[in-house]
Amino acid sequence: MIALDPSTKKRPEFINVRVRRQDAPGEAPYWELHKIKYEPEMNVISVLQRIAAQSTNRDGKKVTPVAWDCGCLEEVCGSCTMVINGRVRQSCSALVDRLLADNPDEVVLEPMSKFPVVRDLVVDRARLFQGLERVKAWVPVDSYYNMGSGERILREDQERNYPLSQCMSCGCCLEACPQYTKIELTQKPGETDQEFEARKQAAHSEAFVGPHAISQAMLFNNHPTGKSLAGERLDALEGPGGLASCGNAQNCVAVCPKEIPLTTSIARAGRATTLHAIKKWFDK
Amino acid sequence: MAQSNSPTRVVVVGGGLAGLASTMKLTELGAQVDLISLTPVKRSHSVCAQGGINSCNDATRQLGDDEWKHLDDTVYGGDFLNHQPPVKEMAYWAPKVIELMDRLGVPFNRTGEGFIDRRRFGGTLYKRTAFAGATTGQQLLYALDEQVRRQEAEGNVRKFEFWDFLGPIQDETGRCRGVVAQDMVSMEIKAFPADAVVVATGGCGLIYGRSTMSVFCTGSAASRCFQVGAKYANAEFIQVHPTAIPGADKLRLMSESARGEGGRVWVPRTPQDSRGPRDIPEADRYYFLEERYPEYGNLVPRDIATREIFDICVNEGLSVEDDRMCVYLDLTHIPRHELDRKLGGILEIYEKFQGVDPRDEPMKIFPAVHYSMGGLWADYVKGEDGGLEAGAPRNHMTSIDGLYAIGECDYHYHGANRLGANSLLSCIFTGLFTGSSIMNYSASQKSGADDVPQSLLDSAVKAEQDRHDHLLNGNAGSDENPYLIHQELGDLMTRVATVVRRNDQLEEAIKKVDELHERAMKVSLADTGSWTNQNVIFAKSLQDMFPLAKALLKGALQRDECRGAHFKPDFKKPSLTSEDPVERRRQAEAWCDEFEANNEKYLKSTVATWNASTNQPDLAYEDVDTTLIPPRPRLYGLVGAEAIEEVWNERAAKKLAQSKSGSGLVGAN
Repeated sequence: MIALDPSTKKRPEFINVRVRRQDAPGEAPYWELHKIKYEPEMNVISVLQRIAAQSTNRDGKKVTPVAWDCGCLEEVCGSCTMVINGRVRQSCSALVDRLLADNPDEVVLEPMSKFPVVRDLVVDRARLFQGLERVKAWVPVDSYYNMGSGERILREDQERNYPLSQCMSCGCCLEACPQYTKIELTQKPGETDQEFEARKQAAHSEAFVGPHAISQAMLFNNHPTGKSLAGERLDALEGPGGLASCGNAQNCVAVCPKEIPLTTSIARAGRATTLHAIKKWFDK
Repeated sequence: MAQSNSPTRVVVVGGGLAGLASTMKLTELGAQVDLISLTPVKRSHSVCAQGGINSCNDATRQLGDDEWKHLDDTVYGGDFLNHQPPVKEMAYWAPKVIELMDRLGVPFNRTGEGFIDRRRFGGTLYKRTAFAGATTGQQLLYALDEQVRRQEAEGNVRKFEFWDFLGPIQDETGRCRGVVAQDMVSMEIKAFPADAVVVATGGCGLIYGRSTMSVFCTGSAASRCFQVGAKYANAEFIQVHPTAIPGADKLRLMSESARGEGGRVWVPRTPQDSRGPRDIPEADRYYFLEERYPEYGNLVPRDIATREIFDICVNEGLSVEDDRMCVYLDLTHIPRHELDRKLGGILEIYEKFQGVDPRDEPMKIFPAVHYSMGGLWADYVKGEDGGLEAGAPRNHMTSIDGLYAIGECDYHYHGANRLGANSLLSCIFTGLFTGSSIMNYSASQKSGADDVPQSLLDSAVKAEQDRHDHLLNGNAGSDENPYLIHQELGDLMTRVATVVRRNDQLEEAIKKVDELHERAMKVSLADTGSWTNQNVIFAKSLQDMFPLAKALLKGALQRDECRGAHFKPDFKKPSLTSEDPVERRRQAEAWCDEFEANNEKYLKSTVATWNASTNQPDLAYEDVDTTLIPPRPRLYGLVGAEAIEEVWNERAAKKLAQSKSGSGLVGAN
């Protein structure tokens, strides 16, 4: 059913898959080669499923199945982000026929490089979610009781906000962003889990918050009730790791699988923080 | 809580719409929540729900709609297998749920004037469904996720993401005192004591191998409760969604909203017509749903649409392709701009995965396993108005004291067939509504989370650690591969227990599933490590699929009738054949007699109890509460439906008159 160019219609019998593996945090990564039978309409998820089921590498040696993260397989949950043939994307929508058209020899799978590796292709994206907390990405309603309908919202506003609200926290934009650099800490001897967690949080909250969080801040600043926290969100974006860290490389918007206008959000955030700073100066 | 003065502590298992709504409401009521989820909660399967969420609204009210009609559509659509009090409560809460979600920032589509826009869904004649593009589930889930993050920032919630729920902890009285769960990264097994526990872990579609559900939807959490004593009801009712995109790794949903916005289902009248779909003139197209069901057209309820598509492909041989079954779902007559605004999300999925733009070319779709209408048995307390009594501790409590089930993993609301856009509603509603019930339950207990004896926690952890260790090292000589067994189970279930069910096939499948179960209990794992071992987590969930699969098959075998999603051709009620009015009338009377006799026997919920000694479910039946709306035949498309309806209405009127004169009440409802 997939429309293909005639040139890609020659199908190989087998596919070579090269996986960058790592057994645990801090351990040395290594490459492993797998050979699986080609089937029509495969995506990278089904490739990984075949690898798990056969659990031998290309030389026929028994190996542990490759660990990876996935969920809905429809490109909505954001779980299965990885670097495929050098490009960050969701593995569910990475169709093997297309990948082979670009590189007929092999499919190369690597974990994202900006997050600590948990194992193989699984990375720890806690920092990404912490970014949402930093900018208070929520509407501060009074209560969860029945208080009648919300404010009327113009279609124009809904249509401006809707794309931003499709952000699935997948992390593609962060992987592509030159200013978002990896933070990987290790627990010190004698340090409790809580102390270690606190130290991690502190490190995360100084570093660049990332385009996804800036865009979410703009989403809630444009909501009739959400904007009551607009000042606090802008304060967060003015602080360390905020907007000033953005180098305007525009990579984020290029890789976003949901085509969210991230750079437009960043530009809007820039104007809003400037106005906010002037206002604060006058209010002094 | 009562003895110590510490706040109520609740463990919520599952971070989809129901789990998050519950967490949000409980924290508002003062509880501290430990939220346990297989995945970061923002990635829960609720994100995949596409079409919308139902409630009667200001616009439909002016056409004569009200909450009662929403209730009626739900129980009629569900073939009267739903207990009516919970459905009534849900329908009456629905407008409030939409308003709350609107206040929480869900970007619902708007009319030009700024009101929430609505569309139509199957099984109803009103435009009741609010929607946010074609990603409504995602937007609703995110709004709740944001509120829970806000509560987390305030210190009211602790999230345990990438943790696998292994089972409830019960004390000597059988009361649930917490849960055991496992960190999927470090593999540490830990006890979480609690005043009460809420299970909100969704459906069990992975029993079928491929479905529209996420990889998280194994049903293992519900099964783990089932295996230690919680009852499981209506397991055999699995909804097969009429329109999905077949794929090698999964079946991707194509929402009913595509039809709600005007999508038309058709096949070429000539079998495997070699022309491209756009070259086939109207006269050569068979819009079979519109022809067979003029009133509802493409928006007949899902069970009907699914069976018709199946019928067209299997019995009529009119599948669009010859080597694979599919029909066209056509949106090409709708302006692109309109499609992008209302259906963008799902059209992108088709485009991305099939490489074809559905704005230019009709989609090829086929039914797929979609929703578990059965689930953990849960109690409720009927209120004076026929709905539920707010705050009653037994609302949504399973047969294990202190263990609650909500959302898709309980068995309420949908009966034998779920109406589109009611699932999101039922999840959020149960999450919100049960908050006060759980708080009241906790307050009435003499001992709480702080008083759970350490020995109880330790032994619960030890039992799970033993199971874990045995899986890693216990089956050294075996070469059973859990992934391959799962494939076999999925293929078998898909073959015998989806759209059409036959007793001989079910009997055979039950034997085969017994064998697979035994083999699954001695799998040998390729990975015996103690760090992020996905192999062992999968093996456990595979083993736990079997008790549910068995309850499903046995329930289906014993139910010799057609009801909603459960369709047995051998027990199908025939259409009327006679043209002669007198004879036709007689046939209609006989039809109604048979219908009543069948209801006498089968209008019951199947309630399964797990029998550990036989490794089989034991089935019992409970009466369905139909006190609000008396059951009536569902007559979509049946020849002679008018005659049957006439007879039925006369009988119903007579019964009503009798009951009124009998009780001496006039005007009683």
